Amino acid sequence: MGNAIFQPSHFTAVVLFALFASTVFGITMRETPRNMLRYGIYCFVLFVAAAIALSWLMYFIAR
Amino acid sequence: MTTEENKKTSTNSGSQGGFVYLPLIAGWLVPGGGHFLLRKWGRGALLAAAILGMFVLGLAMQGKVYANAHDILDILGLAGDLGNGLPYVISRMLGLGDVQVQVTTADYGTRFIVVAGLLNIIAAVDAHNLRTGRKS
Repeated sequence: MGNAIFQPSHFTAVVLFALFASTVFGITMRETPRNMLRYGIYCFVLFVAAAIALSWLMYFIAR
Repeated sequence: MTTEENKKTSTNSGSQGGFVYLPLIAGWLVPGGGHFLLRKWGRGALLAAAILGMFVLGLAMQGKVYANAHDILDILGLAGDLGNGLPYVISRMLGLGDVQVQVTTADYGTRFIVVAGLLNIIAAVDAHNLRTGRKS
């Protein structure tokens, strides 16, 4: 085991997850291309910001 | 009278003729397929790239593809995986994802595959909404 083709870091995995999920959210939750883009970016920023904030929270809890 | 009005409403609600649930089924089987069927090429391509990208990266991280369910978490994972449609069937036929999760990245991969299936269901429902005229 451990011979995966792709072994991203935690942060890379978060960014990829946020990118794919926010792409689908943007397209499916809004009607016009402009609003799709805005909502997609909004979701992406929230995903990444929430992951960073929770990571710091867990860091301080674990100390 | 009411029945006639209902018939008119249901006829007018769809923007095209044919089976109303076809984009939903096509979208489930092939990521982005429902949008392609409705000639929403750009949206379909982006959805396909996002969902298939997530699925393939999940497999590349040696994520597990659920084949059976023994407890409630397995059932939820299997339900998510089934949302992928044909990619799930093909990966099962090729024996991809038939691994024991032992490293962290493999656990990420398993979640990527499950979430890709859930996102595919959202995309298929969106195609259905476009077909019925609920969304433009």
